[in-house]
Amino acid sequence: MTHANEPLTALDTLPKAIETDPGIPDELRNNVYTSKVAAVVNWARKNSFFQYPFVTACCGMEFMSAAASHYDIARFGAEVPRFTPRQADVLFVVGTVTHKNAPILKRVYDQMCDPKWVVAFGVCASTGGFYDNYATVPGIDHIVPVDVYIPGCPPRPEQVMDAILYLQEKVQRQAANLR
Amino acid sequence: MSQQVLDQIVKRFSDSVLSTHAHRGDETVVLHRNALVAVVQFLRDDPQMAFNFCVDITAVDLSAMPDYVGPRFEVVYHFHSLSHKHRIRLKVPLEEADLELDSLSHLYGGANWFEREVWDMFGVRFRNSPDHRRILLYEEFVGHPLRKDYPQRGYQPLIDMPTLPRPDEELPPLASEDL
Ligand code: SF4
Repeated sequence: MTHANEPLTALDTLPKAIETDPGIPDELRNNVYTSKVAAVVNWARKNSFFQYPFVTACCGMEFMSAAASHYDIARFGAEVPRFTPRQADVLFVVGTVTHKNAPILKRVYDQMCDPKWVVAFGVCASTGGFYDNYATVPGIDHIVPVDVYIPGCPPRPEQVMDAILYLQEKVQRQAANLR
Repeated sequence: MSQQVLDQIVKRFSDSVLSTHAHRGDETVVLHRNALVAVVQFLRDDPQMAFNFCVDITAVDLSAMPDYVGPRFEVVYHFHSLSHKHRIRLKVPLEEADLELDSLSHLYGGANWFEREVWDMFGVRFRNSPDHRRILLYEEFVGHPLRKDYPQRGYQPLIDMPTLPRPDEELPPLASEDL
């Protein structure tokens, strides 16, 4: 995924017609905004990610560091971990996933409600990393669809924050599924 | 390790000792499997020996060793005495056709988990073991993956993964500019 030339914000996506339309009475100007439902819903969703940390290996240490107060991912509205998948909307797969573990990951993903997104945290989750053997799934995308891959063994917190920003952008651009 | 321990074993169990070596304090006794329990019992209970700690039990598949002739497997035991601060290594060669050995679980409670691992990875059976299930892999797994003839990517997925590479699929070689 690449950055767009200009990052989107919810306000950018709001139509400007109401400010310029001569038929609008003065009392409404600058007090009422119109927009597309998708833009507003996505704007709300992307700023309140509830994550489910599926932590299996050493990357978990770096995840804790990235998720703790020092890096303050509350700035992006993504600080609240949920320990039941039914309350989460971003699945963070943090660490090596083995074939023994794969059915559990699949079940956790299936238990999450739509809309949901998946982040592969670290090279093990992304590709199996250096565990090129019978026991390790060579990338969780063989099990669940992945939205953002974070490289690194383990990734630095900056990369994690970057991934959250990528994901926010992706969510803002997608069609709002209002189920 | 301790030369004295090695000498004592040779003196008392000369019929069962196949060979010994001691390279830079690495005293090792190669034993016939029938004597294993008697030797370990002596090592644990004799006050001069007092090996109260079973450090590790593992195995080696020697079939891939160049120019090697002899039994295919070797089960390797490491013991440590916390009071005398000495160590000893025992090796028991096993033919592939008859991979059975007495369990040490009645002497060291912790031996059971090591033995389960050796069963899981190499397929060595332990007689009189209180619990002989696999310890790391899942029950559905077929074969013993640390044997040299088990394919490196011999995945045995528990759930449907259509995109998984086949075990015989070669990865492209690393280009030198990738390094
Ligand atoms: S990517 Fe590195 S740090 Fe992360 S789980 Fe794998 S081995 Fe551990």
